[in-house]
Amino acid sequence: MISLSEYLILGALLFVISVAGIFINRKNLIVLLMCIELMLLAVNINFVAFSHFLGDVTGQVFVFFILTVAAAEAAIGLAILIVLFRNRRTIDVDDLDSMRG
Amino acid sequence: MSFEKFLFYMFAVILLGAAVMVVTRRNPVHSALFLVLVFFNMAGIWLLAEAEFLAIALVLVYVGAVMVLFLFVIMMLDIDLATVRAGFVRHLPLGMLVGALMFMEMALVLGPRHFGLAKYTAPEPAPADYNNTAELGLSLFSQHLYALEVAAVILLVAMIAAISLTLRKRPQTKRQNVTEQHAVKKKDRLKIVTMAAEEKG
Amino acid sequence: MPDIDMKTLYLALVLAPLAGSIIAGLFRNQIGKAGAHWATILGVGLSFVLSAYVFYLHVFQAAPVFNENIYTWMVVDGLEMHVGFLVDNLTAMMITVVTFVSLMVHIYTIGYMAHEEGYQRFFSYIALFTFSMLMLVMSNNFLQLFFGWEAVGLVSYLLIGFYFKRESAIFANMKAFLVNRVGDFGFILGIAAVAMYFGSLDYAQVFDAAPGKAGETIGIWSGSQWSLMTVICILLFIGAMGKSAQVPLHVWLPDSMEGPTPISALIHAATMVTAGIFMVARMSPLYELSETALSFVLVIGATTAFFMGLIGIVQNDIKRVIAYSTLSQLGYMVAALGASAYAAGLFHLMTHAFFKALLFLAAGSVIIGMHHDQDIRNMGGVRKYMKITWFTFLLGTLALIGFPGFSGFFSKDAIIEAVGHSQIAGSGYAHWLLVAGVFVTALYSFRLYFIVFHGEGPRDEHAREHIKESPAVVTVPLLLLAVPSVMIGWMTIEPMLFGDYFKGVLHVASAHDTLGEIGEHYHNQIGFVSHGVMALPFWLAMGGLAVAFYVYMLKPDIARNLAIRFDWLYGLLNRKYGFDDFNQAVFAKGSLLLGKGLWIVGDRTLIDGIAVNGSARSVGVLAQTLRWLQSGYLYHYAIAMILGLLGLVYWFVIR
Repeated sequence: MISLSEYLILGALLFVISVAGIFINRKNLIVLLMCIELMLLAVNINFVAFSHFLGDVTGQVFVFFILTVAAAEAAIGLAILIVLFRNRRTIDVDDLDSMRG
Repeated sequence: MSFEKFLFYMFAVILLGAAVMVVTRRNPVHSALFLVLVFFNMAGIWLLAEAEFLAIALVLVYVGAVMVLFLFVIMMLDIDLATVRAGFVRHLPLGMLVGALMFMEMALVLGPRHFGLAKYTAPEPAPADYNNTAELGLSLFSQHLYALEVAAVILLVAMIAAISLTLRKRPQTKRQNVTEQHAVKKKDRLKIVTMAAEEKG
Repeated sequence: MPDIDMKTLYLALVLAPLAGSIIAGLFRNQIGKAGAHWATILGVGLSFVLSAYVFYLHVFQAAPVFNENIYTWMVVDGLEMHVGFLVDNLTAMMITVVTFVSLMVHIYTIGYMAHEEGYQRFFSYIALFTFSMLMLVMSNNFLQLFFGWEAVGLVSYLLIGFYFKRESAIFANMKAFLVNRVGDFGFILGIAAVAMYFGSLDYAQVFDAAPGKAGETIGIWSGSQWSLMTVICILLFIGAMGKSAQVPLHVWLPDSMEGPTPISALIHAATMVTAGIFMVARMSPLYELSETALSFVLVIGATTAFFMGLIGIVQNDIKRVIAYSTLSQLGYMVAALGASAYAAGLFHLMTHAFFKALLFLAAGSVIIGMHHDQDIRNMGGVRKYMKITWFTFLLGTLALIGFPGFSGFFSKDAIIEAVGHSQIAGSGYAHWLLVAGVFVTALYSFRLYFIVFHGEGPRDEHAREHIKESPAVVTVPLLLLAVPSVMIGWMTIEPMLFGDYFKGVLHVASAHDTLGEIGEHYHNQIGFVSHGVMALPFWLAMGGLAVAFYVYMLKPDIARNLAIRFDWLYGLLNRKYGFDDFNQAVFAKGSLLLGKGLWIVGDRTLIDGIAVNGSARSVGVLAQTLRWLQSGYLYHYAIAMILGLLGLVYWFVIR
């Protein structure tokens, strides 16, 4: 039998990998967006696992909404990315410091 | 090791491996493809957790739509691959340190001591006539109806935002303006010139 | 007129001058000069007639004491504040004196101010003063007393600074105002103490309750208990010290001579400065309960009487000499109060009001003759040119030095005798100072008289040609004032000092009844005079006269030589014992320093520097340090988020 903690640790590992990915990738905004997708996925697995073990379908409903929001976020993120690339001809994160104080 | 558990570990190992590849590949196209692999394996794991509808939706929505969108964008942009990985090694230790710290902290909580089978016994497998889609649909359209509608609006707004962000007017493109065409008058278009007849000689 | 309601009569008495003042002040352009003086003179004249009638009713018809509240101003937590009148023999005497002198001064002013600017304003002020003074003396409660007290102070301030374009006048009126604030601070603390411990501001209620509180003590600061009565009386007396110019709050009075002479006569000699005397006499039921306070009063009074008289000897401004004489005479009155001889103090107050007003007005007449030159070194031989002025001035001087038979003789002699009989602490000191003061009084008075009226004519050719007797509006008041200056003592000594004129008004404990002891030997005026002639003070007065005659008439060099020989003493007197220098150096400079210090430390450093600019600067510094956090790089924000997450997880889970 698969225990709950196995699901959760899987989620934690996935989350940690995506966080590390954000730190490692400083040149490519697209990979950052992918890492964010991975993070959301790590969260989703927690919901699904708890839903399964508690016998409550509400957890899956939440996953549903998270998927919705993630899709919207990906769409807008990519749109911004395109506009950005159009204006600056780069998607290098190091170059994006116009908000510097 | 039961077959179920074997499946789980297989999916998990492939999933984590693919995730590592996502964040370490130099070429974003590869990253995107490995992400697809991650999603597939995740779908498998969700099937094991009896979340059939979500598993299918994940494959359809993410693999079918979002990841294609990613690939579209990656290929559309002209990215200089040489610079993309610069500084990668330099930041690797920091990323690993932070990641390790976080994982240790989370593992302390999430380990078998609190969430093992002794605490949470595995649920009985669902009966043969169990319909995950129906269950989910029932919950979505009764209990969470408003939230569902808000989610729909969010998607709509995201769509409009994405379009309006990327839309650009090109002055050189030729467009048809129907109103203008309808409002046209004869004197705007027609110019009558009187000319002398052909010169003789 | 007995069927007229007394309340209406008193109201009319008080409000008539106010009406005159308002008419002269607010409609000065419409009514012109004549309108102004007629309005105020009619108002004050009506007041005087009514006062005389009230005096007649009380003294000869034995009218009952009138004590009623006219109007309730407010009631706060059981403390009632009324406007009310208390009219008894004391009040009747005071209002008669006040309105009489005031009327004389009004008439005199027509002549004195004839060619001055602000004619209507001046009349408005003095009529307002008369109203204020009447409110003060007719009050039946402490609050109205305070109202009158402050109102006369205000008018005094306005009138000292009447020539408001003159720097010295502004300085003088500011000084008078500030010094009086010191006194008034004590005064209002005293009133507050009365309100706190008696729960009432009404004289009658407070006086009834006073004997029951005689033994009470209050702690002013930890570890010391003070007799309640002593504290109240000394606080009230501090007010009197300010208003009646006692050492060390006397410094404003000589400077107040910057005001026009009629004012010096009315306010700074005859009436306002005696408000303190009146107040203490009114409070006699309280003062009798505290021997400590009486000793304090006695010593202050005697000190003022002697030492201020000494300064008068070296002054060269005709009005200042009389001003120092006023200080000295006020000292006599206060000393009388300290010796529980309230009646003698009031008696001297009355006689002094007449002869000092006379002296001032006569001096004013001389000043008119000298075309507003006040330096006595420029005068001399005025007798030949201004007969009436000379004669009345002489009468006033004789009254002042206490020449037998003149009014001042009776009152001053009674005071000295009473102080001599007093047994309380400090009475010996006081007695000798007062006796010596008689010599000093005669010396400076006749020095002034001889220098101004005798000797060669005015030094200045121009002045000598133009000097002439003043017009009738000036001389008639002089003559009218000369009459009581001479006669009033003879006429009233018997009822006022030894009769029952003040019975039921003044309270004297049997242990302090100095006047009663004198009264045992008193038979009639002639006996009093003959007894006085045998006593030391008379011979001292004659000695002073003789010395003045010898030094200033026969051997003018002596004065000069003495001044050089004893230049330290001369300098000391000329600097008025350094009170002014001390105040200037300590209080004025101190206030300036304090203000400057507060400005530098409080305003510039604390408020501007730290609060205003400092907060702006600290925001700037904070922003400077915070701005490196805002790197603009996504991963910096991400790591901050992650570190926060790590911290929180650690906090909630591991700990």
